[in-house]
Amino acid sequence: MDFSAILPAMPGLAEGMLMTLKLMVLGVLGGVALGTLLALMRLSHNPMLARLAGLYVNYFRSIPLLLVITWFYFAVPFLLRAITGEDTPVGAFTSCLVAFVMFEAAYFCEIVRAGIQAIPKGQMGAAQALGMSYGQCMRLVILPQAFRKMTPLLLQQSIILFQDTSLVYTVGLMDFLNSARSRGDIIGQPHEFLIFAGLVYFSVSFIASQLVKLLQKRLAV
Amino acid sequence: MNYNWDWGIFFKSTGIGSEIYLDWFVTGFGWTLAVALAAWIVALALGAVLGVLRTVPNRWASGIATTYVEIFRNVPLLVQLFLWYFLVPDLLPEPLELWFKQDLNPATSAYLSVVVCLGLFTAARVCEQVRTGIQALPKGQAAAARAMGFTLPQIYRHVLLPQAFRIIIPPLTSEFLNIFKNSAVASLIGLMELLAQTKQTAEFSANLFEAFTLATLIYFVLNMGLMLLMRGVEKKVAVPGLMSVGGK
Amino acid sequence: MISIQNVNKWYGDFQVLTGCSTEVDKGEVVVVCGPSGSGKSTLIKCVNALEPFQKGDIVVAGTSIADKATDLPKLRSRVGMVFQHFELFPHLSITENLTIAQTKVLGRGKDEAIDKGLKLLDRVGLKAHAHKHPGQLSGGQQQRVAIARALAMDPVVMLFDEPTSALDPEMVNEVLDVMVELAQEGMTMMCVTHEMGFARKVADRVIFMDRGQIVEDCAKDEFFGDIHARSERAQQFLAKILQH
Repeated sequence: MDFSAILPAMPGLAEGMLMTLKLMVLGVLGGVALGTLLALMRLSHNPMLARLAGLYVNYFRSIPLLLVITWFYFAVPFLLRAITGEDTPVGAFTSCLVAFVMFEAAYFCEIVRAGIQAIPKGQMGAAQALGMSYGQCMRLVILPQAFRKMTPLLLQQSIILFQDTSLVYTVGLMDFLNSARSRGDIIGQPHEFLIFAGLVYFSVSFIASQLVKLLQKRLAV
Repeated sequence: MNYNWDWGIFFKSTGIGSEIYLDWFVTGFGWTLAVALAAWIVALALGAVLGVLRTVPNRWASGIATTYVEIFRNVPLLVQLFLWYFLVPDLLPEPLELWFKQDLNPATSAYLSVVVCLGLFTAARVCEQVRTGIQALPKGQAAAARAMGFTLPQIYRHVLLPQAFRIIIPPLTSEFLNIFKNSAVASLIGLMELLAQTKQTAEFSANLFEAFTLATLIYFVLNMGLMLLMRGVEKKVAVPGLMSVGGK
Repeated sequence: MISIQNVNKWYGDFQVLTGCSTEVDKGEVVVVCGPSGSGKSTLIKCVNALEPFQKGDIVVAGTSIADKATDLPKLRSRVGMVFQHFELFPHLSITENLTIAQTKVLGRGKDEAIDKGLKLLDRVGLKAHAHKHPGQLSGGQQQRVAIARALAMDPVVMLFDEPTSALDPEMVNEVLDVMVELAQEGMTMMCVTHEMGFARKVADRVIFMDRGQIVEDCAKDEFFGDIHARSERAQQFLAKILQH
């Protein structure tokens, strides 16, 4: 084993890590936004909306993420062409991001839903009694409290997504894992680069989850 | 949309031998089952042992189990798979290495790698569930068993584990379902399981929507079916009055 | 001010309110009492439509609740309510609790809202705590803030839903004092409470409920005057409460 080739490859690897982080951050933001919307639908008094959101969640929770990534890679350009009527080139990045947002939304939905349900019923009553509309009750009173409580869970799910972004390997997107793999192959040291990639993923996830645990303890007090 | 929908595609010839596309899906489904079930056995056995280790009153034992869990939980599954498939064979003693690389057919070596990988990966998660289950039991249970003269292994074997496993059936179910979904990574080292067959069908036939719809449907039905099965198991082993903990 | 007209409410097959009717005039203080599960909290929550009802109507300051066209949030903004468990918003400071509905619902300016909020906070004797969060206050203090929060909306009527029953005994009086003062200033009030001392002191009328029905509805002096003229259920209830 000879790890000396890794240092010169750093700029390329850093670029890959940037791609990984970009996918994760945008995936989390989009996923939380869509997931919150789905959670509000699931909790709404309209049975149609609730059932629709429930179906969405069950559907995405029962299929592999890798399947979603692969499918969207094929389908997103196709659908865009159908909608816009012209060939719009979308890269693997866009299709992967759409896949992550839609897939993660199903998981975030369940976290947000549990968070909202954990807020005492009286809070909604009190907000309504002050004359707030349903939207204001949610935006000003319920959601701020719910998000505070579920921050550790949201962060944990984000760490899982950080690891799962490596699946974009299947469509050839140059994320951290893929750039490490290709560098290693070019240089002829695939093992060293693979081990290095594993160590980096491990360090980031491990440290992040320890920090989340700390945060959890602090919030519990 | 100028797309030629053709739901009859699954019964058309693939052009390879006398196979129709449906045959590919059947083969793929078979591999998915074979991977998931074998890996689940590994995960359950190892996970139970590790889970027990995390709770025994011995620093070394719990330290080892904790380290295992942290390592296998914080490295992406795909990286682990690549390590098992590309790196580990090179580290084996030479006769074993040659056997793995030359004597085995590619499907078998990929199968072995993915079963080991998924099994060990999921064991870390099973371990955490088993630990949670054991720790959720009232402290008095172990004390009572000790008072009756049971040895530590007997306490686990006869008192703690039978109760712990019952209350963690819901979270274990979700791990069981995860292993089926996670088995799709096998497609990335060339094992022709369900996802790989789907991709191949999409590329061969140009009917990608039909192919992916069928794959989705199979996973969806499989998921629902297993969930019902596990609910049945839960009911069957339920002890009246014993508490239960919620799933993930 | 409040006109409750033959209100009926069901949870599925179970009827929780049966033919409830009464009037609360402007400036009147009405105490509602009764055993737990008698429907008194449910009835008061119907007054600002926090609980829906299936039959009958309630008219508050000329606005009908049963009328589908009624803007319920707007109606609620004119009706103050104080809850058993205070229900201050724990993620907001005391000042923010006092101002959020003023600015977001009534559209008042921020300075005006803060000014008003602090004045009321001063009135309930808690001005020094303006910057704190609800979790840092005692139960009695939180309930006084909750009263100030409701008053900040300039309500035409105040509803109290067992405002002292979640409090430690030593904190009950600080809350009751605020309520007494409010009553003496002429606020229209409907209070669900077991505090008979409060009822004796400031109530104009007492309503006794049991099993979803209004059993007694009479002037205070009449209610406490000749106890043997009351219904049997009311007598049993009073005997239990007044022992203490």
